[in-house]
Amino acid sequence: MALTREQIAMRVAQELRDGYYVNLGIGIPTLVANYVPKNIEVMLQSENGLLGMGPYPTKDQVDADMINAGKETVTAISGASIFSSAESFAMIRGGHVDLTVLGAFEVDQNGNIASYMIPGKLVKGMGGAMDLVAGAQNIVVTMTHADKRGNSKLLESCTLPLTGVDCIRKVVTDLAVMEIKDGAFHLLERAPGVSVEEIQQKTAGKLVVEGDIPEMKFE
Amino acid sequence: MAGFDKVVHSYEEAMQGLSDGMTVIAGGFGLCGIPEGLIAQIKTMGTKELTFVSNNCGVDDFGLGLLLEDKQIKKMVSSYVGENAEFERQFLSGELEVELTPQGTLAEKMRAGGAGIPAFYTATGFGTPVADGKESREFNGRNYILEESITGDFAIIRAWKADKTGNLVFRDTAMNFNPMAATAGKITVVEVEEIVEVGELAPTEIHTPGIYVNRVIQGDFEKRIERLTLAKQD
Repeated sequence: MALTREQIAMRVAQELRDGYYVNLGIGIPTLVANYVPKNIEVMLQSENGLLGMGPYPTKDQVDADMINAGKETVTAISGASIFSSAESFAMIRGGHVDLTVLGAFEVDQNGNIASYMIPGKLVKGMGGAMDLVAGAQNIVVTMTHADKRGNSKLLESCTLPLTGVDCIRKVVTDLAVMEIKDGAFHLLERAPGVSVEEIQQKTAGKLVVEGDIPEMKFE
Repeated sequence: MAGFDKVVHSYEEAMQGLSDGMTVIAGGFGLCGIPEGLIAQIKTMGTKELTFVSNNCGVDDFGLGLLLEDKQIKKMVSSYVGENAEFERQFLSGELEVELTPQGTLAEKMRAGGAGIPAFYTATGFGTPVADGKESREFNGRNYILEESITGDFAIIRAWKADKTGNLVFRDTAMNFNPMAATAGKITVVEVEEIVEVGELAPTEIHTPGIYVNRVIQGDFEKRIERLTLAKQD
């Protein structure tokens, strides 16, 4: 069975390590915050200028001056800091954020990512995504393996305008966990009940399958 | 003798000197931390052909989106736009020019502009459409593109507190682009929630020193929320 959005987030949460500073993009990445393992501490960075983002506020806590990068009302945890956009992107560009999780339209076998623009449609902009992929050492992309028509999003070469080049090393989809290295996707794990053949069939780029591929484990 | 007293008492005075074709740098992220009254004043003045440098362009009936109604904006330099139907219409019809700029690059362009640095290298955007027509250079095995800084004829800012000399303190994430924008305007105008006496702000708590600020006006803010999200009640 293909993973739900929540399950993709649960699997990405297994990539978190104690003491990590983490930036979560909009969509599935945001859900990762709900599945931080109990025995570790992470601090969430929101690129509009908040390190130590907390949960959504209660009605009484709502404050128009406290939002996240998705323009949603949020809270700050005890020990949070708030700073300017320049400071925020100094952290990001300077490689100080330990893990970035973001969505994409396409990823290719050379680690290129396209995530902000579909020509012919209204282009809304890249926001902070280009800075995030250029600055982070450790990026996980979350997306569905194929689009609604069944076209693979894991390609030999991205077809859409790029957000960044040679920067993505790990992809978690509804079907698989893959590492990108040496010009290929390397299959690490498959979703429970999903066959290697199905993953091969839905991966347009070069896919390396070595040995037995374990199923993802969820607690 | 005005000395360092930068307080003005009307919005006319606050935006005096703004004219057609100028570049205005605006603080704010979405609708958070925007100088609402200064934007309203620009609408009242009807100034046209303006270039706005701002992370976003508001929504249809609030923020910079208000200036789209009367086609006052010629060009937007932003990282993320199109939260409004009128923006989309003007963009698709070619009436409105948009220069998409990565968010961190936009912040740094303002910071550099205010700091007298004409351009800087960044890895952000290398190999993407953002790099088109820009110089690139390799440092320590990585590729970077040369981005030019930005200054404006005006900068319009929202702060939480200001003293009369223009020392500023921002509130929570309403800070966002405001500190950099404040440094990058030839004339920097700040709309604040509260004007305090000189000496009330501790020197170490000041986010933006008054040297960058030309005019301060007491504002009255709606503080509209773009996306109200609440904790799930169990």
